[in-house]
Amino acid sequence: MSNIPISGAKTGDGRVKAATAQKAPIGMDVLKRRVRIFRIVIAILAVAFALFPVIWIISAAFNPAGTLSTQTLIPRNINSVDDLLRNFNRLLTSPQYPFMLWMRNSLIVASTTSVLAVAVTALSAYSFSRFRFRGRRSLLVTILLIQVFPNLLAMVALYLLLQQIGLYVPILGLNTLGGLILVYLGGQMGINIWLMKGFFDSIPREIDESAQVDGATHWQTFTLLILPLVRPILAVVGILAFVGVYNEFVLARILLIDKESWTLIVGLFNFVSDNFARDWGIFAAGALIGAIPIVTIYLILQDQIVGGLTQGAVKG
Amino acid sequence: MSTASAQAGSPFGGLALPSNLPTFLFKLVGLCIVNAITLVLIYLFANDEVWFLVAALVAITLMVNVINLWPDMYPLQWMTPAFAIIILMVIYPLVYTVYVAFTNYGDGHILTKAQVIDRLEGTKFLPEGGRSYSWTAFTDDSGEYALWLVDVDGDAFFVTQDDPLQPVDFATAGVEPGQIPDTYRGFERMNRIQAAVLADRGDLEFGEGDTLIGIQSNAAAGPFVQRFVYDRSTDTITDRSTGRRYVADSTRGNFRSEFGESLSPGYWVTIGLDNFTRFFRSPALAGPLIRIFLWTIVFAFISVISTFMLGLFLAIVINDEVPLKKFIFSILIIPYAIPAVISVLIWRGLFNPSFGIVTQYMNDIFGSAPNWLGDPLWAKVAILFVNLWLGYPYMMLICSGALQAIPQDIYEAARVDGATAWAQFTKLTLPLLLVAVGPLLIASFTFNFNNFGVIEAFNEGGPAMTGTTTPAGHTDILISYTYRLAFGSGRGADYGYAAAITIIIFAMVALITVFQFRFTRQLEEVSENV
Repeated sequence: MSNIPISGAKTGDGRVKAATAQKAPIGMDVLKRRVRIFRIVIAILAVAFALFPVIWIISAAFNPAGTLSTQTLIPRNINSVDDLLRNFNRLLTSPQYPFMLWMRNSLIVASTTSVLAVAVTALSAYSFSRFRFRGRRSLLVTILLIQVFPNLLAMVALYLLLQQIGLYVPILGLNTLGGLILVYLGGQMGINIWLMKGFFDSIPREIDESAQVDGATHWQTFTLLILPLVRPILAVVGILAFVGVYNEFVLARILLIDKESWTLIVGLFNFVSDNFARDWGIFAAGALIGAIPIVTIYLILQDQIVGGLTQGAVKG
Repeated sequence: MSTASAQAGSPFGGLALPSNLPTFLFKLVGLCIVNAITLVLIYLFANDEVWFLVAALVAITLMVNVINLWPDMYPLQWMTPAFAIIILMVIYPLVYTVYVAFTNYGDGHILTKAQVIDRLEGTKFLPEGGRSYSWTAFTDDSGEYALWLVDVDGDAFFVTQDDPLQPVDFATAGVEPGQIPDTYRGFERMNRIQAAVLADRGDLEFGEGDTLIGIQSNAAAGPFVQRFVYDRSTDTITDRSTGRRYVADSTRGNFRSEFGESLSPGYWVTIGLDNFTRFFRSPALAGPLIRIFLWTIVFAFISVISTFMLGLFLAIVINDEVPLKKFIFSILIIPYAIPAVISVLIWRGLFNPSFGIVTQYMNDIFGSAPNWLGDPLWAKVAILFVNLWLGYPYMMLICSGALQAIPQDIYEAARVDGATAWAQFTKLTLPLLLVAVGPLLIASFTFNFNNFGVIEAFNEGGPAMTGTTTPAGHTDILISYTYRLAFGSGRGADYGYAAAITIIIFAMVALITVFQFRFTRQLEEVSENV
């Protein structure tokens, strides 16, 4: 950095520019306007880039023709609402593809996992935040290190584990939502314990100390004082866990075998590999229904998500 | 709970004791239930000889009891469920993956040795020579069969598919000894042609318990005999139908004869480093693995760089001078918000080489379009493009946040010193930005290193490589290759080899993480500030 003025002095570029800028303020104005136009053009291009597949999938979903080869940006031959919704009708009534069942499976798995994960990790996080005990630091570091390896890497072992458990506890076996939830729970532990411990740390300890002076147990402090205070954060953590599980594909694909137990993402994927070109319209309708809840959540929680992302960036 | 307050040093801990008695009893009952369940499971899994799982369950049981009964451990009681889940669903799978990497676990070697012996000893056969009975077939309304058997001494017996062999009661049969009735006990005699069909089936078993009778030929029926006999002292299995001996081969997990034939199924054994050294010896294995490894690194690297460059560019260009900036940002993060697999599937349709929109547009403009899914190079280009679309919003968001955190006065100083805009960017903005987002870039590298969803959803790793002995595709990355080895249809599951490759991924991830911790000194920070 220290060599900037030196190089500037050598070439004289900076000085010349500064001089022209001072002499011709009108030229600077033109430059500024051009830069602004440039910014706007880039913004338009970026929006077009971001929305390109989105627009096509919306168009395909409402296009009654329904195949990949007949696709046009503005759907043709729409004469009635029925035409407009033909793909959605076919999707929801198709006996071949139990779409509603997939949606239901996804919602069950995602909501159960997020609720259980928040409950279990909140307990641990409270303890890490409020108690000082021997081995606390090494436990925290261990949890951090373990979750460096995504549980996706252990897919072979997880598959064999569920196979084994399923022999004696059928609801947690392979091809069951219970087994999948158990696997996802494992993946939620490390990161959420850390996240929530951070939130709990931000609540002054004087609050619970004063409660304990008044005779409250830790359990009472936790449930009656701390939980209500962190409820919005618990909600955000839970929703993020929900979204993560809802979007998960690999483990769901490995562990769920029958069509009836697939989640939405697995179902859409298999649907696609079956007959993509012919049923493009039906797939598009499914993709829209599948994506809209998640996109809505993102747009509503945009500030929290952006805040969470940039927090990590700025801190370093 | 009494221990709770005492531990926390509450002056009212002692007073609360009576009201805490129910809590204590409740805890005790809970512990009993947990112990009962885990002990039953431990017993069952021990019977199956899955010792690693038994060890995990024992660890969980011990952990739960020690933590909850030992007052000093009160803070850990809060973590009981988390610990149980982490031991069973995180630590056990990691350890077990490492173990499987040193075994030949996979199709053909899916059972334990004890299970294989069990299964083989359950196999029965009909000895050719030892003719015991001549037979006549009977059937009833429900389609069940029965046999009228006459032994060499002329004694007659009757056996059905459910009831055991019994001497015939000629009074009930209504015929003279030595003759065969048309009906007996509700069964009707079958004619010769029907009976011949029965003889061809060969799979019918009559009787119950140890002596099962089978049809050997049109003329003869005889008892089934246990085919394989295991001898523990010599660790061999003898095939009584051929008299051949098979010796247990504990390095390969088969019972093998001196002629090299092996009995099916095999069992799984630890095979040392074979899964790791295998691909050094076999070019057909080494070829795809090296190519896949290189592509994994290229894929992750280009993904991070391209998304970072586009994200940073947009974060700088789209600033407050652009009208509706916040709204535009909301639209620009939509690719990040849509479930990635759904987006990739959409792109897969748009890139479809026959009907896809991208292909159509390129045909209109350039007169031709590459085969986005079938050509190894263009499939890679397409996947990188799709991943750029998926990943730039994240980079844009973190860059935008980090840029705002850079103090503005240093730019003024630079301007006074006469630095050009480009110099300010390369000498000030970029270094400061990289310090802030560097760890996230490394994390993004690790993420893309294992970005199975994108690879699988776009083209299932295709187009397929030719001339390989394992299922592999040109766009496969290590983790998707592992998946194909373990679960890919067609060529048989090879869990051992798949786990061995997972170890390579473990090593890579660990290496990157060490680098990342170095970069951020996150670990030191953790151990100092928590």
